[in-house]
Amino acid sequence: MTSAAPPATTVAADARITGLRVVRAEWIKFRSLRSTLIMLAATVVVFAALGLGFSAFLADATIEPGTPAPPGGPSSLDPLGASLGGANLAQLLIGTLGVLLTAGEYSTGMIRTSLAAVPARWPVLAAKAVVLAGVSLAVLTPAALLTFLGGQAILGDQGISLADAGVPRAVLGTAVYLAAVGVLGAALGALLRTTAGALTSVVALLLVVPGVVSLLPESWSERISPYLPSQAGQALMSVGGGGDLLAPGAGAAVLAAWLLVLLGAALFLLRRRDA
Amino acid sequence: MIEASDLSKRYGDKLAVDALTFTVRPGVVTGFLGPNGAGKSTTMRMILGLDAPTAGTVRVNGRRYVEHRDPLRQVGALLEAKAVHTGRSARNHLLAVAATHGIGRRRVDEVIDLVGLREVADRRAGGFSLGMGQRLGIAAALLGDPAVVMLDEPVNGLDPDGIRWIRGLLKGLAAEGRTVFVSSHLMSEMAQTAEHLIVVGRGRLIADVPLAEFTRRASRGTVRVRSPQATALRDLLAGPEVTITGGEPGVLEVSGLRPEVIGDRAAAAGLTLHELTAAEASLEEAFMTMTRDAVEYAGATEGAAR
Repeated sequence: MTSAAPPATTVAADARITGLRVVRAEWIKFRSLRSTLIMLAATVVVFAALGLGFSAFLADATIEPGTPAPPGGPSSLDPLGASLGGANLAQLLIGTLGVLLTAGEYSTGMIRTSLAAVPARWPVLAAKAVVLAGVSLAVLTPAALLTFLGGQAILGDQGISLADAGVPRAVLGTAVYLAAVGVLGAALGALLRTTAGALTSVVALLLVVPGVVSLLPESWSERISPYLPSQAGQALMSVGGGGDLLAPGAGAAVLAAWLLVLLGAALFLLRRRDA
Repeated sequence: MIEASDLSKRYGDKLAVDALTFTVRPGVVTGFLGPNGAGKSTTMRMILGLDAPTAGTVRVNGRRYVEHRDPLRQVGALLEAKAVHTGRSARNHLLAVAATHGIGRRRVDEVIDLVGLREVADRRAGGFSLGMGQRLGIAAALLGDPAVVMLDEPVNGLDPDGIRWIRGLLKGLAAEGRTVFVSSHLMSEMAQTAEHLIVVGRGRLIADVPLAEFTRRASRGTVRVRSPQATALRDLLAGPEVTITGGEPGVLEVSGLRPEVIGDRAAAAGLTLHELTAAEASLEEAFMTMTRDAVEYAGATEGAAR
């Protein structure tokens, strides 16, 4: 049992909130939870394993033109799309990671400790987004590059080169898209404040809504579909466009707009609502 | 120093806090006392800026809490023991909170030792007992060496050893000149630690008094007198301001006279006394009387009796 001695003072006089310190605090939170680390690792493993698997599938010489892609596979079975095709599933994992980062604080009550420590509130969410985006890019950029190279190695003569036009952008774009989906999940988690609700929204936004839009009359779906986050991301991750896809730059802008709107709404409500 | 002025909070059509005005001063332990549902926690949440007041303001050390650039150095608060991510270790929880203010590992180790969590600091907080959770919450509250310490029902879930520890800690913090604001729904607990009381019921201020004053108000009790000459004694003591009731034979319950007056008069008249006891109303009774009308969730039997 401890004595009731008053706390010895080793708190520096300059102990106060700075943006960098809040980011550091969020980094400590990020790395000290097993669930977030597992989700990040799962994202990488699923992305790489599926990319290599799809590449092997494509490399199989018996494939007839027009053969449908494997379940969860890339929309186009070309060397680039196959090697990066793991993004389709990996986006759900990293979206979940984002949701856990924010909604997880509400489900456990941690949010009240976080907001009492940083009562301006917005730095907490902003720092979460910065840490998540930073960690995701740092991990997924090499993962995307290595998976691409591995996939092309499997494809051998059928493969394409990293030096081909648009390919570096597509590889980097894959990492950027996945990181963006993570931040999108974090924004939805902060908006809805429940893990289940936010996860449902991530799946709906990335998978269900595009499906529903594709059922609309073609004149409508052509106009809406490219502006959905998943399709904007597709523009970023593919070469030569095709279908209704936007140009890569426009895709990146649309994706950024989605993030700004959702994060902006989350920040606005974070300041307004009782915690 | 905490200064609340006309502080109100409405949830839907329920007024949880109703125009509270009070000041919590440094150097003493101030008890925030009231039945469950009286608005104590809501008031504390507004002090920390977690809930926005519907009306009124509350300042901590001269400013609204949100305006401070070093809030953890201003107020250390424990609002609920479970405001912790269950998957994180106690140490990492504290490190993350401390990091927002650039407070380092040494201070984290210090508060871990202070609350006696050293052995379990690297275990997941989700596996903690309520008492351990309270200790972790108190550790977090003390991280910034704050001028104001605010704890909501801190003895909940603590064993007797822990309760004694907390009382000593609170008194020590107040003795250092800090403002210490502690809520409880138990008068008996407050009587042990607080020097000043702010009593609320149904969101309204009922009393804002020193504990001694509260005790004095509570002690307008009766005096129990036992004598073989009870009848003669009754006649002797009778007077306009005095009421005397007698339950069992040879025993009088006298109110309106101090025990020493009764003893002196009996001696002067040569009457024998076998017992002379001041039966003071307990603090708990005084608190109950004071808040009876303001009890939100009275038990069904109590409600039926009234």
